[in-house]
Order: sequence, then C-alpha cells, then structure tokens
Amino acid sequence: MAMLIDVHAHFYHARTPRADWRERNESRLAAGSKIGISVHVASILGSFGFTSPTYFPSPRDVTAGNDALLALQRAHPDRIRGYVCVNPNYTAHARAEIVRCLDAGMIGIKLAASRRADDPLLDPIAVLALQRRVPVLQHIWQHRRGDRPGQEASDAGDLCTLARRHPDVAFILAHIGGGGDWLHSLHAVADVPNVYVDLSGSGVDGGMLEACLASAGVNRLLWGSDITMDTAWAKLRYLETLLSRDDLALVRWKNAARIFPAGAFPAD
Amino acid sequence: MRTDCNAFLGAYPWRKVPGTSADGLVKALDRTAIDVAWITHLPSLFWRDPTEGNAWLYQTARAEKRFKPVPTVHPGLPQWEQVLADAANGGAPAVRCDPLYLGLEPAGGEMRVLAAACGAARLSLMLAVRLEDGRQRHPNDRVGELPAAAVRALIRSDPEVRLLVTHADRAFVEEVHFGSTPEEARRIWWDICWIWGPPEDHLATLLDTIGVERFVFGTGQPLRLPETSVAKLDLLDLSAEKREAIESKNVRELLS
Repeated sequence: MAMLIDVHAHFYHARTPRADWRERNESRLAAGSKIGISVHVASILGSFGFTSPTYFPSPRDVTAGNDALLALQRAHPDRIRGYVCVNPNYTAHARAEIVRCLDAGMIGIKLAASRRADDPLLDPIAVLALQRRVPVLQHIWQHRRGDRPGQEASDAGDLCTLARRHPDVAFILAHIGGGGDWLHSLHAVADVPNVYVDLSGSGVDGGMLEACLASAGVNRLLWGSDITMDTAWAKLRYLETLLSRDDLALVRWKNAARIFPAGAFPAD
Repeated sequence: MRTDCNAFLGAYPWRKVPGTSADGLVKALDRTAIDVAWITHLPSLFWRDPTEGNAWLYQTARAEKRFKPVPTVHPGLPQWEQVLADAANGGAPAVRCDPLYLGLEPAGGEMRVLAAACGAARLSLMLAVRLEDGRQRHPNDRVGELPAAAVRALIRSDPEVRLLVTHADRAFVEEVHFGSTPEEARRIWWDICWIWGPPEDHLATLLDTIGVERFVFGTGQPLRLPETSVAKLDLLDLSAEKREAIESKNVRELLS
C-alpha cells in the first residue's frame, strides 16, 4: 500500500485530565491501521490542561509532554514520530527543548497558541527550525476575528507574516477543517510558498478541498487528522476522486517527505 | 442497501458549495454507494415561506427514483396542514421543520401543534441541530442551534410523534436520550453525520450506551462530504447485521 503520513496527530499521557488516555492512544493506532496510516507525526501539548492550560503550557509540562511523546516514539519506532511542543514565551527553555527533542529523534516543532505567530518571540524558534531543517506546525484559528479565551490564537495572516520573515522555513498551517473561515486562510496563503496546508480537522465542508487545491495547489497540501480520524479518511477518499495517482501521492506523503528531515519516514 | 436520510438540493446562501444540483447529488450517491437519499430543498429553509420550494422538490424527486422528498413545513403559516397532507400523498418519508431557521420558538406552541399533527399523520418530523460548524459561519448567519431541551419538550408533547434529529453531536444525543423516558427515547432517531469517530470514539460509545437501533445513516451532503459517514462506519468493528441496521433497517422502523 502507498505510504500515508498523518502530519497532525496527538497522543495523551498519564499527567493529563484524560482518565481514558490509554484507550485514546490505542484507538488512534488501531484506526490508523484501518486507514493505512504509515506514520503518525504527533505532538503532546503539555498536560492538556491538567497542571497548566493546553495552549499556555508551563515549561515543566512542556518537558513532561515531550518526554511522554519520546517514550511513545521509542515504543512505536515504525509508526510514531514527534513534533517538539514549545511555549515561545519561555525562549531559553523553548530553544533548549527543541535541541533536546530533535536530538532524541523528533522531526518537527509544534507551536500551539501561546504567542501570536507574527510575534518576534517566534523568530528564534524559526531560526532554529532552519538550522535543523525541520518544519513548524502552527495551531491556527481560521480567520481570527478577536481573542478567544484559553488561547492566543493565530490565523493565516499572522502565520504568513512569520513565514515571509523566514522564507526558507517550512510552516504548516494547522487543521484547515478545524474551525473558522477556511476560505480566509486559503486566500492568505495563496502567494506564500513556504506555508503548507494541513487538511486535518473535523470540518468536511463540500468545496473545501477544491478551494485548497485552487489556492495552495497540490504541492502544498498535507494530509492529517487531528482529533477526528473519520473526517480525515473521508477527505482522503474524496481526494482520490479529484486527483491523479501521482498528485494523490503528493498529498499522502511526498509533500511531507519533502519538508521533514531526510530519512524521517521509512520509505523516504 | 444504504439510505442517506439527510441530504439537500439547491444552493446554500452563505458560501459556495459544489454539487448542489440533482445530477451532482446522484454523482455523489454513486461515489459513496448510497442507494437512496432523502432530500430537502435547501434554499427554502431561508425563505419567508419555505413551503414554496416543495413543489420543485416533489417534481425533482419524481424524476429520480433514488430521491425521497422531505418537504419543509412552517407551522406558523396559514394552510400549513396542507403540507402534511401533500407529504402523506406524495410519498414523503418525513417532513422537516428547523424552527430556528424559520423564526419559531423551538418548543413553542406552533412546534407542539406540528408535532401532534405529525404524530396523527404518522409522519416523522425531522429537525437539524445545526447545518454548519458554528465557528465558521458567515457573520450574518446568526441562527441559533437547536437546543436539546427543545427536543426533549417536543418528544414529550405528543405520545405519537417521532423525531429524526440530524447533525447532533455526542453530548446532545446523550442529554436528550438520558433526559427522556425509555418510551420517549424509542421515538427519537439520530443521524450519525456529526458524531465523531476515533480516537474519541463518540459513535462507538453511543452505539454501546444508547443502542444501535436509535441511529440512522445521514450525511448532510452536499454541505458536508458524504464520505465522512461511510468512513465512520468503516472504522467501527460492527457486525454486518448492525451495520445494515444503521444503513437502512432502522430507517424502515422509523417509517413503520
């Protein structure tokens, strides 16, 4: 079967509010087998609210979450890869954590919603991403019309500002189907070639994938699930009817293989 | 046999949606191996008199044997009872009333009268919790979501009424189901289109806690990709019998 990379996955661990964390992790892997996912590229956002907020994780929780993900990566070396999650408000910790976790085998950087994407505090992280040749997955609210409680969300415009400052870094705009006006995001990224669109999210709107192809083009689309794998599989099935076999391979894995470090995936 | 009890035809006012024509829907049915679609005329949900789209709906359904018309009824308009009579005569499996789209109190007097009339006519009443994710709606699209309390009130309002509720998520389904007596809950069916699959496994949980017999296959297409509801079922470890129940058998129970 052709390779399939999920660029937006999450796992849980014991120090989160989820009593069912093991079941959820197992369910992701079981569903991944049914769908045919070769590699889950995942992140853990600190304690997911247990001892610090999901989108504003404390340095201690960031480290604990990354440690849990490294353990999962070691337990499933053929199926799980990690994004190192950091909170840019703690610059020294963030940079040290990125070095530590990339050295330990993680393959990307995850930025949630602790600091707006266009803020200068993200520059040192982008510099490190360039040095290590890893992509940055940025949590996005599609068309932020104001602040929402619990997160300092960024939208595509914010991310594109950062991406223009760092044109040699690959940025992944998270979950185009994850809530908000996806058409606003797609218009914003159309002429920013180092921003890739992750197709994950619970949204399965008719017309959304056609708009993704029209704005970003097939070379900048990445398949992913986030927390709804049924919707991800549906989008993949629909793409099978829209794309040629070669173009489908780009979305399934080849685009991801191009922006993640060489050798990050089995058939790479 | 797979029946989609939650499909629309016609343009959506708030964004561009492909595949809204009858031909487009047939192609989508072919693509997803859906045999029959219950269809509603989408634009008329936004009209002052939504029943003005019903004649077109019946005509379109007569031209395509895979379509079953679900006309919209507005119990606040004169002659609304005629919509029920036409539905019964026109082979409609249900009638639809989305009260908040029509500017009605969701469990107010008009809706209760409608529920009773549907019960008497042995026609199921279909309601959507929402049509689109609230986080992405057009700034001028301010229609509220159907409250779970309204569904509980409607099912209690008449002992004969049967409700088909679409676009509900797990929390909504649980609140209504466990907030109803077993007899009341047996008169409510839920479409699966908005219920999450793995890794959260909301659908698997509901099938276990509430029962397979309460769920029917629906997609919300073309506003939503119909592949989603098929994928949800493919990701479950369901027996062929249970899958058939969701895909077609339960909806026959709804009609019986």
